[in-house]
Amino acid sequence: MAAAVTRFFLRGAGSKVPNTGVSTRGHSSFGATLLKLSPSCNVRTKTQRRHAAHFTFQPDPVPTQYGPTQKMNLFQSITSALDNTLANDPTAVIFGEDVAFGGVFRCTVGLRDKYGKDRVFNTPLCEQGIVGFGIGVAVAGATAVAEIQFADYIFPAFDQIVNEAAKYRYRSGNLFDCGGLTIRAPWGCVGHGSLYHSQSPEAFFAHCPGVKIVIPRSPVQAKGLLLSCIADKNPCIFFEPKILYRAAVEQVPVEPYTIPLSQAEILQEGSDVTLVAWGTQVHVMREVANMAQEKLGVSCEVIDLQTILPWDTETVCKEECFLNLEAPISRVCGYDTPFPHIFEPFYIPDKWKCFDAIKRMINY
Amino acid sequence: MLTNISNVLRACVQRNQVATVLISARTYADFTTEATFEIKKCDVHKLDEAPATQVVLTRDEGLQYYRIMQTIRRMELKADQLYKQKIIRGFCHLYDGQEACAVGIEAAINLTDHLITAYRAHGYTYTRGGTVKQIMAELTGRRGGIAKGKGGSMHMYCKNFYGGNGIVGAQVPLGAGVALACKYQGKNELCVCLYGDGAANQGQIFETYNMAALWKLPVIFICENNRYGMGTSVERAAASTDYYKRGEFIPGLRLDGMDFLCVREATRFAADHCRSGKGPILMELQTYRYHGHSMSDPGISYRTREEIQEVRSKSDPISLLKDRMLSNNMASVEELKDIDVEVRKEIEDAAQFATTDPEPPLEELCNHIFYNNPPIEVRGTNPWSKLKSVS
Repeated sequence: MAAAVTRFFLRGAGSKVPNTGVSTRGHSSFGATLLKLSPSCNVRTKTQRRHAAHFTFQPDPVPTQYGPTQKMNLFQSITSALDNTLANDPTAVIFGEDVAFGGVFRCTVGLRDKYGKDRVFNTPLCEQGIVGFGIGVAVAGATAVAEIQFADYIFPAFDQIVNEAAKYRYRSGNLFDCGGLTIRAPWGCVGHGSLYHSQSPEAFFAHCPGVKIVIPRSPVQAKGLLLSCIADKNPCIFFEPKILYRAAVEQVPVEPYTIPLSQAEILQEGSDVTLVAWGTQVHVMREVANMAQEKLGVSCEVIDLQTILPWDTETVCKEECFLNLEAPISRVCGYDTPFPHIFEPFYIPDKWKCFDAIKRMINY
Repeated sequence: MLTNISNVLRACVQRNQVATVLISARTYADFTTEATFEIKKCDVHKLDEAPATQVVLTRDEGLQYYRIMQTIRRMELKADQLYKQKIIRGFCHLYDGQEACAVGIEAAINLTDHLITAYRAHGYTYTRGGTVKQIMAELTGRRGGIAKGKGGSMHMYCKNFYGGNGIVGAQVPLGAGVALACKYQGKNELCVCLYGDGAANQGQIFETYNMAALWKLPVIFICENNRYGMGTSVERAAASTDYYKRGEFIPGLRLDGMDFLCVREATRFAADHCRSGKGPILMELQTYRYHGHSMSDPGISYRTREEIQEVRSKSDPISLLKDRMLSNNMASVEELKDIDVEVRKEIEDAAQFATTDPEPPLEELCNHIFYNNPPIEVRGTNPWSKLKSVS
């Protein structure tokens, strides 16, 4: 499962050196190849030191159209969104494991004291029960915000999400729906999460019509998108990149505001290569776009997909379709292995791997 | 006592001007070889009999289990130290305080029986046959680790020990499956299937109870109730905190998990129950962990330091065993101290090995995803790189 998938499209006219085809490199040089791709690590026999984060958070300019702003990091912006929700919607309830004291990532700090223990409460350790219960709360007309403690634990609830939540409106002919349900979960690699605290399960849900999947890249986006998800009359799954909880700090509007779902955002216009990413990977892509501009003279367009399902096909494929692409679409992601513990620095699609992919693409 | 003797003799020497006095070392003949102890009665659910309350402990057994418990304790404390030095990273759930559970259970079953537990597994890895070196190298992610460095703290395995499982409650249906295999193969083996008080509220546990009782599987379900599911106390998580009754139609026992003898005796009783074909049985061990849930949890935001101190001083499993042996003249203070010193040395050596062993080679990254013969190709991070997976 990829930590975050990035896709590359190469467009523009003119042919380049013919491609030699996908070559399977000699397996014995595999290790050296990986190391070549990461100039930051030289070949050493002693233990690798822990690397710095594979991305640099790039804050957006301060939004002016939503009123006064305050400096917040990602988890604080989530708290702010939930605060707004509980204040404005008397039917809203928040529940999950350990949310009462503030949550294991401090996303619900202070809410129980402010709004009472019947609106912010803990559940026992039962993900299937949490989501099933949330569907019921939503069907009965309340706004339910369910927290799954880590996206890796969402699988016991997979049946409830796919078979119950997603199909409720359809199977009842619009008589009933659980649109008031929003499921939030910390998501993605964090540097030391290994198999069960690093997964990015959005792909499993991406084939399920009836749910929406949203992944923000920053605090401003997170608050707006979360409020949109809560307001949206469909069950939504909101994945929060946990590595950004503290690392991403921005000026976030204090008042509630929404960012439309199913609309990808073009962060940077370009003419040669399109880079599509979501979550933490967007920041990697922005850096890669700069690198490509400096070192290769390649102009990259960076798109943050934001909503994985239903995704904004129009923005991403705006000018081209397959026949116009100069090179095959390139997918840069984690290896097809479970998310490793000790091998994590080699597993994640860091900026060097993406940069390398761009290089190959333009030489296709 | 030796000091007293030597003082007396020294006094005699001074009085009688005797040049040399030989003080012989205490021989093993001075110690009691075995003693009977009275242990607490178990609470029972749907059982006519209960485990015995008068148990016998021999000197050899006592020393052996003291050593094992002390090894686990020191190993966990060393892991704590290494984690704070950032030599161990990722997740680390420490078992100190609960040693009596692992050691007591193992004392009543055979190595040919099977065991599966959740993520607080270092103690069980040791009692099931892993060495301290392998365990510590696995924690630091080196090739000498018990899972080749690829598993880490939560994924340690050895023969008849199925881990080491990260997802809460997921190991319980697995345990029932292992028990079915035992019954099917007819080798009179059973499966001990452990989970915690937090996991006891998972749906799959109840599905497993039903299957195990329906098919009379030889499985001992053991709920290690350490009073806190991460940071949530049992009163706040469970409608019924009588975890031994949660199996409803499965007979249950509740006992003091801090007393090694209680655990051993109850497990013996449970093992007999299973092996006689009566089906599953449930045990609740009331125990306590000194550390927090994991290394990222200081462990004091949901409980007081006084509570931890109280348990440490009144119910520490190692102290309990030590006091019993000393007060019944089954061992000497020096002997136990020697064991402590040896254990410390063993742990130090293991930590040294764990810090210096090299990490697994990069070629291992994609190995063992599937069983594949010949090797298959694995997609890499971009379409031009493919890696090899061997199994």
